[in-house]
Parts: sequence; structure tokens; C-alpha cells
Amino acid sequence: MSEGTTTPPLRPPAPAPAQPGPRRGHIPLFGPLLALLALLLFNIFFTPNFLTAQTLNVNLTQVATTVIVGVGMTLVIATAGIDLSVGALMAIAGALAPMLFLNPPLGSPGLGVALAFVLPVLAAGAFGLFNGMLVTRFMIQPFIATLVLFIAGRGIAQVLTNGQLQTFSNKSFQVIGLGRPFGIPVQVILMLVVVALFTWVMARTVFGRQILAVGGNERAARLSGVPVNRVKLAVYGISGLLSGIAGLIVISINSSSDANQVGLNMELDAIAAVAVGGTALTGGRATIVGTLLGALIIQLIRYSLLARGVPDAAALVVKAGIILLAVYVQRQRR
Amino acid sequence: MTHTEPLLRLEGIHKAFSGVPALINASLTVSAGEIHALIGQNGAGKSTLIKVLTGAYRKDSGVIRFGGQEVDFATPQAAQVGGISTIYQEVNLIPYLSLSENIFLGRERRRGPFLDWGRMNREARTLLERFEVQADVTRPLMGCSVAVQQMVAIARAVSIDSRLVIMDEPTSSLDDREVDTLFGVIRQLGASGVAVLFVSHRLDELYAVCSGVTIMRDGRTVERRAMTDISKLELVASMLGKEPGELRREGETAFVKNHNRKGEELLEVRGVRSGPALRNASLDVRKGEIVGLAGLLGSGRTETARVVFGADALAGGEIKIAGQPAQLRSPADAIRAGFGFCSEDRKVEGIVPDQSVRENLTLALLPELSRRGVVDQAKQNEIVERFIDRLGIKTTGPDQKIRELSGGNQQKVLLARWLCMNPKLLILDEPTRGIDVGAKGEIQALLSELAAGGLGVLMISSELEELAEGCDRVVVMRDGFSVAELTGDGLTQDHLMGVMAHGAAQAAPASAAPAAPPGGTHV
Repeated sequence: MSEGTTTPPLRPPAPAPAQPGPRRGHIPLFGPLLALLALLLFNIFFTPNFLTAQTLNVNLTQVATTVIVGVGMTLVIATAGIDLSVGALMAIAGALAPMLFLNPPLGSPGLGVALAFVLPVLAAGAFGLFNGMLVTRFMIQPFIATLVLFIAGRGIAQVLTNGQLQTFSNKSFQVIGLGRPFGIPVQVILMLVVVALFTWVMARTVFGRQILAVGGNERAARLSGVPVNRVKLAVYGISGLLSGIAGLIVISINSSSDANQVGLNMELDAIAAVAVGGTALTGGRATIVGTLLGALIIQLIRYSLLARGVPDAAALVVKAGIILLAVYVQRQRR
Repeated sequence: MTHTEPLLRLEGIHKAFSGVPALINASLTVSAGEIHALIGQNGAGKSTLIKVLTGAYRKDSGVIRFGGQEVDFATPQAAQVGGISTIYQEVNLIPYLSLSENIFLGRERRRGPFLDWGRMNREARTLLERFEVQADVTRPLMGCSVAVQQMVAIARAVSIDSRLVIMDEPTSSLDDREVDTLFGVIRQLGASGVAVLFVSHRLDELYAVCSGVTIMRDGRTVERRAMTDISKLELVASMLGKEPGELRREGETAFVKNHNRKGEELLEVRGVRSGPALRNASLDVRKGEIVGLAGLLGSGRTETARVVFGADALAGGEIKIAGQPAQLRSPADAIRAGFGFCSEDRKVEGIVPDQSVRENLTLALLPELSRRGVVDQAKQNEIVERFIDRLGIKTTGPDQKIRELSGGNQQKVLLARWLCMNPKLLILDEPTRGIDVGAKGEIQALLSELAAGGLGVLMISSELEELAEGCDRVVVMRDGFSVAELTGDGLTQDHLMGVMAHGAAQAAPASAAPAAPPGGTHV
């Protein structure tokens, strides 16, 4: 089984009449796109000053972390799992980073900032692998397995900081949240890079195809030699890494790290973005671009309501309604 | 209730699922106190008939009379209240509750508004003693062995004052001693006037405990006999739809025999064991050879295939690949050794339904189609197109979702999944089941050609003509043992049926050499 290009002699080609059947089976992004377009048009006509660079930047900046975490969530959900720990992992990364650049090792501020970018993200990735280990090795349901760090993660972050708010002002670190090369916020660039990278991963790599196979039919995947456990371990690890990056963005925007607040409710926002975007929560069908659209839709709805003076509390109810609708539409399609 | 009428009578039952008939004029009669066997192959309609009887499905037409009056249960609960309790093959109890809670679930003993724990535990203990189960009835069920769980399910069914108890393969997870105990209880039930409908594929068990038998085939009731009136051979023949002693007809399949080749040894399996269903199996496959694996349902055929492919853990025995002892810890190991495996259940273990034909076809090959983890799409498309073409897979294109294909075309995609790997050995579990006649012939012809090209094939099949015409040798399994190997002139449908029914000892014609006595090796 080396090349797969030579085959034993087979029967002559049988006629293969085109069978009438549904069109090619790609995930329809049509629905989310239409919804987004409608929201944009609505705001362009009815929200004052909507078509300004500032409004655009505000919206994109606010949505960036949700999208970055949502991409990791999409991978996890594509394997028929779920990751509730993302918000807590953001808090851990957010608690670790200031410790590194406020007390730089070897007295070198440059090294401190460099490590502050790398180590917290790796730590969050390691916690993600821990999630993956609970799911694969100990065969704990993903919901419960990641609930462990959902609860304990924020506790760990608080222990790291002694429960204190860390405030800081560090230009070179805060580039990740405040930098604007060519007027584009750095986190928006990061978001687009992450979306592009994982869109490519899902479409073109063996890993991407294996994620969908594991989520689509785990037993068939295992019988076809797919390393099911390694794939699952990897998606939880990636989800952790991306959460770590999102945690760094949040604290640099705020110029402070509060273990109680960083990434709060992020798991719900990310899952909502994934669901609205058209990824099947049962696994096996996933779209990274859909998650981007889903996050944008939710963001725009919230913005439209707030711009109209609807209180945030009421906006939450509308958000819930949208999610319900999206999941309902998905079930119809199935 | 009149005494002339049997306890249960089903007549003229029809049932179709979205136009496909599952039951055609099926009937079943069981008298009070009778222990009656219901047998048939997969898809013969046994479970559909039981589900129609117990209200899990609604019949399209026909009459069900139970206890002297016409009944039409809307739900299994209604059937239970009406006096029919059913024990399913998979234990369906609540794992977190105690044994006695499970037994009295839904009909708890009370004292006023309170649960009478003392009485429930006492009664549960008495009940389980009848089954010779020694267990603390206050312990949660999930800590118990499958056998004890099965016994609890049976105890529960028996303790509900039922007039008919349906048991669907109750012995599949029990050891010999537990089976004896169960039979004791079944006989007690019969003696006290309770009828038992017993579904099993172990022929010896039917003869040990049943007095009558109903045989189903292709949705119809084909025979109702007294157990003493029918030989094992007749029983098997009737299940498979063959006449014993029927002349062997040629050309029932599209297989082409290829007598001249005897290649080098690919696979040697010696005395493998795994779980209660696979107790001792041995077989060999050489290059260019199609080896059949025959046996009734539950005989251990599928389990043997899974063990050889590394999908189930080996509890004992030895597997050699090309003469070298092999440790197959996972399917990935077997695939590296050049094996491919098409499971019996395409839906559950074969296709990834929401993925395209292309992705399904190349699922196993992907790592080899890639450079540093990136799929070479040109190469992938080329291979997919080629196999769609060569196997005549009818699809609108590589992008079509596999679940939209017919069963036969799905099976071809799954075969292609392995053929594109250039395998040395293909393990096929019922490769032609549930697919249309045309695709069936194509797959059979394809297998002959592949074998002629040097591929080794291990093929499980329930169809005698497929085994007799398609295989160079057939290993017959019975109750977890490989009992015989038929080859050459001894490989006829008649001999196959004989060995499946009786084992090698009684049925063996001169050419049917016993393959492996339990614990021993052969050749």
C-alpha cells in the first residue's frame, strides 16, 4: 500500500449514468450571508454614522476575540465535542502575561514581553491538551471534561494573581490589543489570519478531513485507520491555544487583568457564533467562515439594538432568540 | 377465554416501511405454557414481528389475538399492562438504580405514601434466588456483570404477571452455567402456564428448551413445526431458503473460480478468542485466495473478522501475518500490514454520511495522498475519478454526499476505499447484503478478478451460493468455534448447511476436515 496509484486489473468501466440527485454537498453559507447582508443594509440606512471607519473598527475589535475563540470551538464541535473551558483559559493566559512583563526575567523588559506573548498561550494550549486527555484517555463526555477547567480554570487564574486586579501600561505588549498598522487593529488582523489559516486547514489538510470524519462517524474513522484520539487531542489543544491569544488581546485592551472578568461568558458567545454560522453541533459538518459570519451577525444585532437605545439586558434576550432560530433552521436542513 | 384458542395468534400481518415491505402475511401462534422458538436470518422480519406485537410499531394490516380477544397495543407499555413483557438483547434497565429498584421500577411496593424498601428488597432477593443470582439487591446495577444485568432484566419481566414473555437472544451474554439456570426458569414458567417466545440462533438451545418453532424468511412465516418434528438440517435449510439435498446449481452468482493459484501464506489465525461470542477460531488465507467464513448469526464470524483487523482486543490465540507473529492493537496496525475491512453495517461503521464520495473513498488513503499534511488534490481527484470509473460507481460526481447513493454504490465506494490502498488482504463482512442484484453481481465478479490478481480475501457471507461458488475454501463457525473447513468437491451448499446445523462431527463428509478442535491447532 505504498503509492495508491497502481491498482489490480479491474473490470472495464461500467456506464455511469448521471443520477438525478441534490446538488453538490457543500455547507450552505447562504443563510448566514443573507442575514449579515440584511443587517448591514438595515444599519446603513437607519443607524447614523454606521458607514464610518470608526464604527467598523469598533465592531470588528469587539468581535475579534469571539471569532478567534470561535474558530477553536468550531474544530472541537466538528469532532462532536464541546469546549466550555475557553473563557477560563483566557483568564489564565490573561493572569500569566502581566506577571511576565511586570517582573521581567533577567531584568530584560524585551524578554519579558516576548515571553508574555508565548508562555501564556502555550500554558492555555497545555490546559487544552488536558481537556483532550480527559476526553480521549478517560473517555469523559466533553461537556463534563471541559466543565472541570470551566470551574477550576478561573480559580487557577485567581490563585496566580492572589485575586488581585493587575493594572499596567506596557506599550510593546499592548500592541496586540491597541496597535493599528495601516489603521487596522492588530486583533482584527489576527482574527483574519486565524480564519484564513483554519479555513485552509479544514479544506486542504489531512488533519482537517480527519476532524470531519471523526465527527461524522467515529467508528468508521477508527476502522479506516484515522488516529481518532490524536485528532481529538489536537482540536482541544488548538482551542486552548486560541483562547490564550484571545486572553492576551482582552487584557491589553483593558490595560488590566481581572481574573474574574477576562473571558467571562466567552464559551457561550463562541458556541453561539458556531451555531449561527451553520456548523452542526452534532459534529461532522463545520465551516470556519460560517463561524466568522455567525459572530458578525450576533455582534451587529447587538450593535443595532444598542444604537437604538435598547438596554444591553434586552439585547441579550434577542441574542438568545437568534441562536434558537439558527439551531431551528439547522434542524430543518438536516 | 376459550380453551380451544391458543394464547397468542397473529395472522396475515403486513408491515411496510416507506413502501418497502418488512412483513408479508406473517403469522405466529403460541399456546399457553408453550416455549416457542422464533428464528430467521438477519432481515427475516423477526424483530419487526415482535415490535408489531408489542406495540413498538403499528401493523398495516392483519389480526392479533391475545388471551381470547383481538388486541392492538399502541405502545410497549400497553402490551406490558396487557400481559406481554419483552426482554431485549441489549439490557434496557437503569444503570444507576439498585437491583431491586430496577425490578420494581414503575410498580414500587408502598406502605401508605412511603416506599416499602424492606418488602421490595426481600421480594427482589427471593426472585433472584430463583435465578441463582447471588447479589446485593441494594447495589447499583452498573456494578454488576452483564450476565447478572441480563438476569435482572429477566427477573423483572417474570415478576410482572405476564402471560407471555418474549426473550430476544437472552443467552448471548451468558456462560453455560447461566444458560442452564435460565433454561430452568424458562421451564418453570412454562409449567406455570406462562408462554415464552424465544429468539436465538443457537440451534442446540432451541432443541434443549423449545417445543415448537416458527421460521421466518424475507418477511414471511415459512414454517411452523414441533421441535421434535424438524431436524437441525431442515431448520437451517428452511431459514436459508434451500432444500436439503438440492442439486448444486451452477452460476447462481457472478463469481468465477480460479483453481490454479495457491500463493504464499498471508494470514494465519490460530485459536483466537475474544469475549463470549468468539471462543476458538483458526483459519488461513493465502495470496490470491477467497476464503469464506460461514456460520449462523452469532456464531462468531464477525468477531473473528474484527479481531483479525485489530478492531477488537484479542483475549487469546495467535495471529501471524506472512509467517510473522503480529500484534494488532488497532485497525491502524492492520492497515499498515496491508489489510482492509468492510464492516457488515455500512451505516454505522462504514460511511461518513455527510461527507462526499471523494472524501469517503480516500479516507484511509489520505495520509499517503499528502505532502507534509497537505492533501494533494490533483492526485486525490485522479484516484477518485479512476475508481468511480472502474467500479462503475453511479454518482453525480465526486462531490455528491455518500448518503445520497444507493446501498450498492455505497458499498462500491467502501470497497474502493481499500482497493486504492493496494491491499494484500481484504476482509469483507457480508459484502453483498442489502444491495441490488446488479451491483451484487458486479461486486462478486470484481472480487474474483482481484483474487486472480493476487489479492487475498476473507469473506463472511450468509448466502450459501456465494460461499460455495465464490470461495476456494470455507471455514465454518458454530457457537464461537471454527468447526470445519470445506474445500474442493466437499464445498457444496449441502455440506455447508450440514456443518452449520450439526458441527463437523456428525455432518462431516469425507472432504470436510475438522479445522480446529477446541484448544488445538490444525494442519
